[in-house]
Amino acid sequence: MTQKNRITGGQIDRTRTLSFTFDGKSYAGHPGDTLASALLANGVRLMGRSFKYHRPRGPLSAGSEEPNAIVQLRSGARQEPNTRATVAELFDGLTASSQNRFPSLSFDLMGVNDLLSPFFAAGFYYKTFMWPAKFWEKVYEPIIRHAAGLGALSKQDDPDEYDKGFLHCDLLIIGAGPAGLSAALTAGRAGARVIVTDEDFRMGGRLNAETFTLGDQSGADWATATVAELAQMPSVRLMPRTTTLGAMDHGIYSAVERVSDHLAAPLAGKPRQTLWRIYSARALLTGGATERPIAFENNDRPGIMLAGALRAYANRWGATVGDRVAVFTNNDDGLRTATDLQAKGIDVAAVIDTRTGGPLLPGIRHLQGAEVTGSTGRLGLSSITIRHANGRSETLPVTALGVSGGWNPNLNIASHHRGRPVWNETLAAFTPGPTGPVGLTAAGAAAGEMSTHAALHGGANAAIAALSDLGRTATKPDLPSAEDAPLNLSPKWYVAGKGRAWVDQQNDVTVKDVKLAHQENFVSVEHLKRYTTLGMATDQGKTGNILGLAVMAELTGKSIPDTGTTIYRPPYTPVAMGALGGRSRGHDFKPTRLTPSHKWASEQGAVFVEVGMWLRAQWFPKPGETTWRQSVDREVLATRACVGICDVTTLGKIDIQGTDAGAFLDRVYANTFSTLAVGKVRYGLMLREDGIVMDDGTTARMGQNEWVMTTTTANAVPVFRHLEYVRQCLYPDMDVQLISTTEAWAQYSVAGPNARKLLQKLVDQDISDAAFPYMACGNITVKGTRARLFRISFSGELAYEIAVPTRYGDAMIRALMEAGREFDAVAYGTEALGVMRVEKGHVAGNELNGQSTALNMGLGKMVSKKKDAIGMVLSGREGLTTEDGLRIVGVKPVDPAQPLTAGAHLLGHGKAAIAANDDGWLTSVVYSPHVGSSIALGYLKNGAARIGERLRAVNLLAKTEVEVEIVSPHFVDPEGDRLRG
Amino acid sequence: MADPLLKPLTPLGSDTPASATIGPVTITEVTDTALASLAARRGQDISAAAKAAGIPLPGPGRAEQAAPYAAFWLGPDQWMIEAPYATHEDITAVLKPVFTEAASLTEQTDAWVRFDVTGDRLPALFERLCNVDIARHGAGFATRTMLEHLGCYVVIRTTGHISVLGPRSSAASLYHALTTAAKSAF
Repeated sequence: MTQKNRITGGQIDRTRTLSFTFDGKSYAGHPGDTLASALLANGVRLMGRSFKYHRPRGPLSAGSEEPNAIVQLRSGARQEPNTRATVAELFDGLTASSQNRFPSLSFDLMGVNDLLSPFFAAGFYYKTFMWPAKFWEKVYEPIIRHAAGLGALSKQDDPDEYDKGFLHCDLLIIGAGPAGLSAALTAGRAGARVIVTDEDFRMGGRLNAETFTLGDQSGADWATATVAELAQMPSVRLMPRTTTLGAMDHGIYSAVERVSDHLAAPLAGKPRQTLWRIYSARALLTGGATERPIAFENNDRPGIMLAGALRAYANRWGATVGDRVAVFTNNDDGLRTATDLQAKGIDVAAVIDTRTGGPLLPGIRHLQGAEVTGSTGRLGLSSITIRHANGRSETLPVTALGVSGGWNPNLNIASHHRGRPVWNETLAAFTPGPTGPVGLTAAGAAAGEMSTHAALHGGANAAIAALSDLGRTATKPDLPSAEDAPLNLSPKWYVAGKGRAWVDQQNDVTVKDVKLAHQENFVSVEHLKRYTTLGMATDQGKTGNILGLAVMAELTGKSIPDTGTTIYRPPYTPVAMGALGGRSRGHDFKPTRLTPSHKWASEQGAVFVEVGMWLRAQWFPKPGETTWRQSVDREVLATRACVGICDVTTLGKIDIQGTDAGAFLDRVYANTFSTLAVGKVRYGLMLREDGIVMDDGTTARMGQNEWVMTTTTANAVPVFRHLEYVRQCLYPDMDVQLISTTEAWAQYSVAGPNARKLLQKLVDQDISDAAFPYMACGNITVKGTRARLFRISFSGELAYEIAVPTRYGDAMIRALMEAGREFDAVAYGTEALGVMRVEKGHVAGNELNGQSTALNMGLGKMVSKKKDAIGMVLSGREGLTTEDGLRIVGVKPVDPAQPLTAGAHLLGHGKAAIAANDDGWLTSVVYSPHVGSSIALGYLKNGAARIGERLRAVNLLAKTEVEVEIVSPHFVDPEGDRLRG
Repeated sequence: MADPLLKPLTPLGSDTPASATIGPVTITEVTDTALASLAARRGQDISAAAKAAGIPLPGPGRAEQAAPYAAFWLGPDQWMIEAPYATHEDITAVLKPVFTEAASLTEQTDAWVRFDVTGDRLPALFERLCNVDIARHGAGFATRTMLEHLGCYVVIRTTGHISVLGPRSSAASLYHALTTAAKSAF
């Protein structure tokens, strides 16, 4: 198809032709085009259907404020719904399709909604779908969702990548129009670090869309030259295709850079978009202004658009919307559209000007005191109806109409942090007030400085002021002379009439809807928004909000600022979810911690489990083993019969040194440590201030003033943080130094009757029971390599933990397995570890549940009364020390064939399964190959006195009930002979 | 030195340090540095002892290079001391006589993975990784920051040479983040 509406001029590269499709039909455009400008050049005005009534719509604007030309871009996994054709940069091969129509854009069956519109007025959903309530989710919402106008997700994974990043500057300039460029020139020449963001792919703002000159250059040429100079400055970073989304705290702004959206697909390794966090000392909002329409009956036909957009398409993109145009305006800026288009040789049928008394445009039919009262045309504008000043009505055939009701400064970001805008009578618009984000000022049209001259000087002055705040001096550059015409606006919001006049075109909100909201007493702007949906969806009311407010003001008889102000939330324009997620998705959602034996364990086919960020071997399947239980049972039995090896590196290790380290440990542990001999290890119980157990572990005294504490894997960081708190805040006078060494040492548990024999093959020192008794620790060597040995046991067997510098961790596990070959050594994982600790009756995470005391755990005697310790006093609270309180017990099924389930509650025989009869619960359940049945640890009221009692373990969730016997929590070697062996 | 029975692996799990050149930057796993944390005991002034031994004790946010020792600041009265691994494998044993009971020393050599990033335009890489304003700081800057969700130290040796020290167990995640960011930046 030819570009029949392409006219001369514009900033498009006509030497290259790009082909693209819209709804399956091929068109041609040029680099520099947007999808909207290219479609208009091809004579396509109809680009979408409206949200509620499925009315045919074309673009209203030429920018990011667009409410109507909302399309779906690309196809397959890259399909992106709800994008604005007016800012979609054209590339070769772009595919786009319209949304919210069935079966096609020009013949939309859902258009029946428009005929039924009396039923769909404001509050329709609230009134209609209230009853019955249960119908909402299953019936009403799906129907509404199908009928309402949003695009579809591909439901495939996003194939693209997204970056996040951090930038720093003295001055962030948001928007690269005349004010922004002038500010950047001023600050850049002063050597300040400047970042300029602009949502457009071509910097210059309105300068690219206007015909007036700056000095002896065109506005666009001045912008090009200025951008070229700025690009040469090392301290200035120009960021086109970058939308600043909002003001965060402390001078931080978020911005999304569309790195690759103008390409068919991102280059290899490159992100599609980057979400930047910009740290600025000062920020300047130079985001320009958005034109607003005047509402009149049927003002939403394709071909009716904002006057500034109409001339932007002609001036910047060489595209005309129709061959015969009219302009409807209440201000002088609208007149520019008529003169510009006429200069381009387009037939300007009339200018309908609501004002009276000013000079008439030469050579153009300029109708003063007139207004547009309606329009016709099935899928696009074919005529408008004019009411002349004298009341006479005239129908004028035109294919395009530019409408200007004035300009609203883009104060969105200045209204973050609840900055309240102030009303400007001259512009009949809100401008940024004094209360916005600290460090942010506005200049140019965003601040209500509407002429080019005012914008250039306002931008430069604001930059000088911002730098002066920072103690820097800048001088104003020689700025070119530019137009300085006033807007001469006479407020006109809507044309009275019987039919529907559209206020918010994206949400199909009409003047009548606002009136209905008023009639039903939804007069506050917040209620108006919720009741009518005014200002919702992707455009967030950029073109409609003030208009809606003005209608409401008229109805309430108050001024607009007294009726309400509209402020905005971030983001300024819609953001892809992918940009917010960045690279933290899928496998890269979080970093992974690998144990020193990971490589070896992978070679063994280990099954891994995520424990926080760690990957730990859960068990090591052998050929022939078909269920995990077979592997775990084998690992447990072999460890108890011979020897087993387990990577326990993940346990937290905290190096504690200082002359007061022993006294410090006495404070943080419930039991005493200061008396521990050098070369010995002690089990410690750490309480919270409220007396509840925080963590447990062993602490070894490696020297007079040198200790190594171990923590549970899960609490490695919380315990370290707690110790630092205690050291810095509670006992700042103690001489204690802390540092984590969790990662510095690879540590392996070697457990079982043959543990010593195995280790003695590798350890250069004598580790006989006499030389290295139970609970000994010390520095040793493994065939010459420095190592640490601790004789501690979690499994209940004769056991050691041996640690080597992490770089030797892989070699160490291999050496241990090799040395253990003659003893049939096995590697065991976290499952077998869990089985053995339950068999031995050791508490772990399930028992350290943040609600349990030492007394509950059967460790009450560990809370020393001879010294002060954190949690000691409150652990003695009434209620925590009752004789019949919860105590840890062992539990096994009366019938060994019956499995237990963790979480089952203990109930007496004949007692109903209700909370009042609850006697306790099972905290940890494993299958014990040693006992030959499920076994459990649990908390039971007065448990210590109930050994031998039979109860029911009832699990209402799993619908199981098992008769159980209460036993000692020590299923294996209750006397502890083995570990002392 | 270690008996050949136990052979070391690099943090990335290989016999030899990894290295990748992407655009103008090279990212190299560094394994030839021994590390120890040095913390003055309460009320002890260790500056004279450190000076006599040639150990720099830079101020907050700073790193300082000397031979054989280098150091960067960790916290009040606390530093990370760096020394050649070949000569200081048991680094705390070497340093203990210098400070005796005036300071606490803890071996940190294998607690960290160190990646050295060299080349031009390093700020363009680091702006995708952390909120440190690399361009504003020059040689001798050191800080702790968050990188790939991990607490890391970033030490600027020269404008073209930056060390990143991260938790050793997450070496693979950190290396992935560095190389991915480099591919994105360049």
